[in-house]
Amino acid sequence: MEVKTERFVLNMGPQHPSTHGVFRMRVTLDGEVVMDLEPKFGYLHRGIEKLAETRTYTQIISLTDRLSYLSSMTNNHAYVLAVEKLAGITVPERGEYMRVIMDEMMRISNHLAAIGFFLNDLGASVFTPLLYMYREREKLLDLFEMVCGQRLLYNYMRIGGLSHDFPSEFLPALKRFVAEMPAYLEEYEDLLAENEILLARTKGVGILPRELAINASISGPVLRSTGVKWDIRKADPYSVYDRFEFDIPTGETGDNYDRYWVRMQEMRQSLRILNQAIEQMPKSDQMNAAVPHFLHPPKGEAYGHVESPQGELGFYLVSDNSIAPYRLHIRAPTLINLTALREMVIGWKVADIVTTFGSIDVCLGEIDR
Amino acid sequence: MKLKLEHYGKGLAKGLGVTFRHVLRHRITTQYPEERLSVSKRFRGYRMVWDEERCTGCATCAKSCPQGNIEIVTSTKRDENRYVVEKFEVDTGRCIFCGLCVEACPYDALFYSREYECSTYRRSDLVLSRDQQKRTEGKELSAYFHPEIEENLPAQTLLLDKAGRRSQSLWD
Ligand code: SF4
Ligand code: SF4
Repeated sequence: MEVKTERFVLNMGPQHPSTHGVFRMRVTLDGEVVMDLEPKFGYLHRGIEKLAETRTYTQIISLTDRLSYLSSMTNNHAYVLAVEKLAGITVPERGEYMRVIMDEMMRISNHLAAIGFFLNDLGASVFTPLLYMYREREKLLDLFEMVCGQRLLYNYMRIGGLSHDFPSEFLPALKRFVAEMPAYLEEYEDLLAENEILLARTKGVGILPRELAINASISGPVLRSTGVKWDIRKADPYSVYDRFEFDIPTGETGDNYDRYWVRMQEMRQSLRILNQAIEQMPKSDQMNAAVPHFLHPPKGEAYGHVESPQGELGFYLVSDNSIAPYRLHIRAPTLINLTALREMVIGWKVADIVTTFGSIDVCLGEIDR
Repeated sequence: MKLKLEHYGKGLAKGLGVTFRHVLRHRITTQYPEERLSVSKRFRGYRMVWDEERCTGCATCAKSCPQGNIEIVTSTKRDENRYVVEKFEVDTGRCIFCGLCVEACPYDALFYSREYECSTYRRSDLVLSRDQQKRTEGKELSAYFHPEIEENLPAQTLLLDKAGRRSQSLWD
């Protein structure tokens, strides 16, 4: 039987449970098939780049927390890296190790949330994984709270180091977590890896072509899912990442399942890095370089970037030798990753928009800045 | 869309197995507010606690606040050669709890408290006056940037302890 359909335009969002925040998509549909999609940003615009011009270099760290608030620690890291490049500051070795430990904990905690929400987007029948993953994320948040007193917006890294040292009970607790986590990862795989509903809804859905991914300068797990081995931690090592052994997991086809799979594997690699970092960490007390409270970096510009859980997060700073940057620009990975959303969902159904959007792992705080 | 049951439902059964194992597991839910967890020693709680005796009125805290949130008014006491702080106000409604003020105070006069249930009916109640912030007995201070009081605080409850290892927590 032939059903007559008519094209019509549907607005999804800005207030929609599946848009992970305030994000609007203008979708052109034919029946239930997506013909076109136009992402609309800007509903959460807070002018962070502009605000930064009126704050001192140290004060801006607290603003960077509020970008992608599920990975605040890596945001801190990218920013302080840019300032350190600008002012020519070297961080003591112990500080670098502490930063790496924080970054990798953040990656695990972000990926847990990302996978949990992605599976939640598949439908209520797979709500359980979100709860399971939140259970483990909660343990990491406990550890973050132990170190810096907060669970979401840490404001922990400082120019030239970190704000304070780990308490004595931190490393033993982290060791216990690292030892426990592989068993939980296996549990997730038992629950999910062969789940027929998951496979049917994600395999071959939302394919991102490799050429497009490279041309659109997409980064992070979304890029790696298409099979490109690109990771800032290897390509342009910062901190002490060149001292650790780890692999870059890559997918093959760039579909939703691959993005899920790459994140699962990345958590395993992060655990590997954590193990090595805990072992190699120097015992010395010094973790901070001496930095004046009101820093005046020399005139010039610098770009610092890290591999945040979502991709390449970069901060571009221009200094005019005053206490505040002349200009700050943020290269937000998810904003750039989202530009490929249209190509990923054309030809699929409305429900697939929701899962594909979830598989990119967006955080609207970072997109609208 | 047709569901391709590639493994004839084996994956679903495996997932259900995990669910059933969880039925037998110890629950880790906390029945708030009857049961409470202990927050971390360095917890950045809702209130600032301000030590009148130690404060010199230097306003370093106000200068380091990214929100311009701390209002200090001082007058000079010439015969004693010091400032008197007349007004010390923190608008916690605008505070982002970044901790820079506590970190910056050179005389250890500013602390975080470990309170967390502080909702109010009015926004104006969030502006804490000089007297509300004064350090008194009974106010539990946080060890954030005050390592000297870290030892006397109760240990943090970790979910890591509550959930335990997989094999251990299965039957308890
Ligand atoms: S915590 Fe931060 S925002 Fe709040 S008063 Fe102190 S410096 Fe200002
Ligand atoms: S920085 Fe410390 S001593 Fe100076 S005004 Fe603030 S609370 Fe008082």
